[in-house]
Amino acid sequence: MIEFLKDNIGEIGEQTMEHLWLSGISIFLSCVAGISLGLGLTRNQKLAGFFIGVTGVMQTIPSLAMLGFFIPFLGIGKLPAILALFLYALLPIVRNTYTGIQNIDANIREAAISMGMTRYQLLAKVEFPLALPVIFAGIRTATVINVGVATLCALIGAGGLGEFIFRGITLNSTPMILAGAIPASLLAISLDYALSLVQKNVRKRLWPFIAGMAIVVGIYPVWASLSQTNNKVGLVAGFNSEFMNRADGWPGLSEAYDLQLPALELEITLMYEALKNQEADVIAGFTTDGRIQSYNLRVLEDDLHYFPPYYAAPIVKLATLKEYPLLEASLEKLEGKIPKELIAYLNLKVDQHEFTIEQAADSLLSAVTKGVFVNNRSASGKEKLVIGSKAFTESYILAAFLSRYIEATTSYRTDLKLGFGGTKLLFDAFLSGDIKLYPEYTGTALLVFVQPDKTVIDSLLQSPEKIHTFTNRELKEDFGVVMLPSFGFNNTTALMMREELANQLGIVSISDLKNYINRFDQ
Amino acid sequence: MVELVNITKLYHKKPVVNNVSLFVPKGQTLVLLGKSGSGKTTLLKMINRLIEPDEGNILIDGENIANRSVEELRRNIGYVIQAIGLFPHWTVAQNIATVPALIDWPKDKISSRVSELLEHMGLPQQFASRYPHELSGGQQQRIGVARALAANPSLLLMDEPFGALDPIIRKEIQSDFQHLSIFKEMTKIVVTHDVKEAFYLGDEVALIDEGKIIEKATPRNFLFNSTSNLVKGFIGEDAWSLKLSQVALSEVISFLAFAKDSAEEVLICHIDEKPFSRIFSMVNSDQQQVKIIDDSGLVGHAFVGDLKASFLKFESQLVAD
Repeated sequence: MIEFLKDNIGEIGEQTMEHLWLSGISIFLSCVAGISLGLGLTRNQKLAGFFIGVTGVMQTIPSLAMLGFFIPFLGIGKLPAILALFLYALLPIVRNTYTGIQNIDANIREAAISMGMTRYQLLAKVEFPLALPVIFAGIRTATVINVGVATLCALIGAGGLGEFIFRGITLNSTPMILAGAIPASLLAISLDYALSLVQKNVRKRLWPFIAGMAIVVGIYPVWASLSQTNNKVGLVAGFNSEFMNRADGWPGLSEAYDLQLPALELEITLMYEALKNQEADVIAGFTTDGRIQSYNLRVLEDDLHYFPPYYAAPIVKLATLKEYPLLEASLEKLEGKIPKELIAYLNLKVDQHEFTIEQAADSLLSAVTKGVFVNNRSASGKEKLVIGSKAFTESYILAAFLSRYIEATTSYRTDLKLGFGGTKLLFDAFLSGDIKLYPEYTGTALLVFVQPDKTVIDSLLQSPEKIHTFTNRELKEDFGVVMLPSFGFNNTTALMMREELANQLGIVSISDLKNYINRFDQ
Repeated sequence: MVELVNITKLYHKKPVVNNVSLFVPKGQTLVLLGKSGSGKTTLLKMINRLIEPDEGNILIDGENIANRSVEELRRNIGYVIQAIGLFPHWTVAQNIATVPALIDWPKDKISSRVSELLEHMGLPQQFASRYPHELSGGQQQRIGVARALAANPSLLLMDEPFGALDPIIRKEIQSDFQHLSIFKEMTKIVVTHDVKEAFYLGDEVALIDEGKIIEKATPRNFLFNSTSNLVKGFIGEDAWSLKLSQVALSEVISFLAFAKDSAEEVLICHIDEKPFSRIFSMVNSDQQQVKIIDDSGLVGHAFVGDLKASFLKFESQLVAD
């Protein structure tokens, strides 16, 4: 943990600054808008109930849904994140401003008016100062909520401490989660404490507070623009957290091809949206993804054969095969039964919401079995076989398919636990026995679980069969686990660009991309 | 000088103030007396335009207030309310200086005015830097009055100003109000439902009921000469003690039989005092004597019994007039 902190202290600092800025600017905007709106509402009681209701409803929208909602209009990155955070912080500030002013003793107001104060003087000299402690309590509430919700903004490429948290979840790395979570908590606590100091004597310390706010909001963009590497190339990559951090992902690829690109961290579905909306120019996607066709993407040729083949196959423990003796024979019959075109088609249908996962799994089942297997065995009394999946379409479909297939061809009943947020997380659940079976990819098993030397990898890369045999031998030795024969399609990771842009720049392979970028370094 | 001409105010089409006309000469105190809901507060608030009348005009020193800027008008009228309404986030000095600050008095003029007013109100100078919540209710109301007087208004409006105070403090402030020179020049209009307070403070009292002036008269005429049943009903059981409190020794002196200085003296009274409440409560002491003096010395001695008799003669003569 401490070592991790030492190694990443620079990045932690950077993300903390980014986080502080996201929160700072959104709260600043909320204060300006919320206090003005709250003050305005005190002058128009009829609208007050309505507006406070609306801001209240906004508060109840799950944060992730709110972030997702803005993507079609505002795309990804800091803008939609700030807007969502702004809307979240709005309610406590509007409500407290309104009630703070509303609750001022009517006699004090009457006295002020009868002294001959104008409307503005009444507000500036009496109402606002008296309501300030209440308004400040609202700002504090908003700040604590805001710092928490801001961690989610990492999912839409806005950065902040959420990056560590989500990476940590994906890679099942506690130090990494804590590297995001602890600074985020400290940030919330210290901001709240700082505000409480201001609140105690808010009327006297209002100006230092405003100045401090302005510094937070103003200093980061300056600092960020100074520290940012100059992106002359004009190309931006968008990768999901797992690819960004896995040794066989971006770090290895960047080294193998000597490729330098600024990269955004994005949730996997958003990655494709970002590429389509020209907010990213290069992404790392899967070759069986239906969106390659529908979004008109070019898969860059991996001319140095960096990416190993990723053949999909069920992975299971030897002990499980012994416990469920019919399983192995049944699953072996699936070898080579699913062509790449079929799975790509189903992936696309599901991504376009034309099929549900279940419908896709049903089609897959009928395509594979062609009605040959008819199960007339009564269910055995064995414990349900728990099947898992990762959190992307193809894995969902395959897991649902496996469940149907096993129930159709054996006497075992099954249960599904879908959508594990990362390979490591799923594999750990699998090793602990919570998951008995799930669809895995040969390349992943080799590079993430077995982790052989580079020379061994290089000797294996050309042959999918060699990889399967080698991986299985190692998995059996190390974990008592086996990958059954593959479904027959290769879903490797690949870099993708919009066809149009790739054409324009004349890029066909990853080496072309590298050469294009390197032109700018001279 | 304040003049109300045919003022009417409607709420939900019903008049709460109904065609009221009033005149208050400069430097006089008019008390608006009435039950709650009688319209007296509404009437008062129309004078500084917290409420606008539906009909009629209000003139201050001959000028129609509807033609003046409302803020400028209010800055020239002192206003004191029962709830006081001091600004809790300001010091006593800031509170007192509210209006002078609004009309941009220079700082040194403001601070000398604040200390002058603290002195007038009988409050120590170190109160200037205190906050309202550190003061007692009576002290707060004195600050409230000081705040109303700060910019030397020619008119002072008071809405139940002493209603929330305990009886001793209340008497003290009422007496200040009667006797402090700072109030002398000012025209004052006071709203109250307290009959005693009305007759104690008012040069004239206007009894208001259902938005109309039932009777407007000096306290003396109100008590001794009114024939209105409404007035009698309102004053009710208090009539006798109020009468006693209105009359000075000098007024009954012509009906009084003096006696030789013989028995023990129970009281020494100045001829301008109004001691009849005390005298009538001395039940078994008709043979005791009161020594009456004036500024130059002894006027004479009188038995308590004879003083009582002289008051009754005085009363019957007033009513006969």
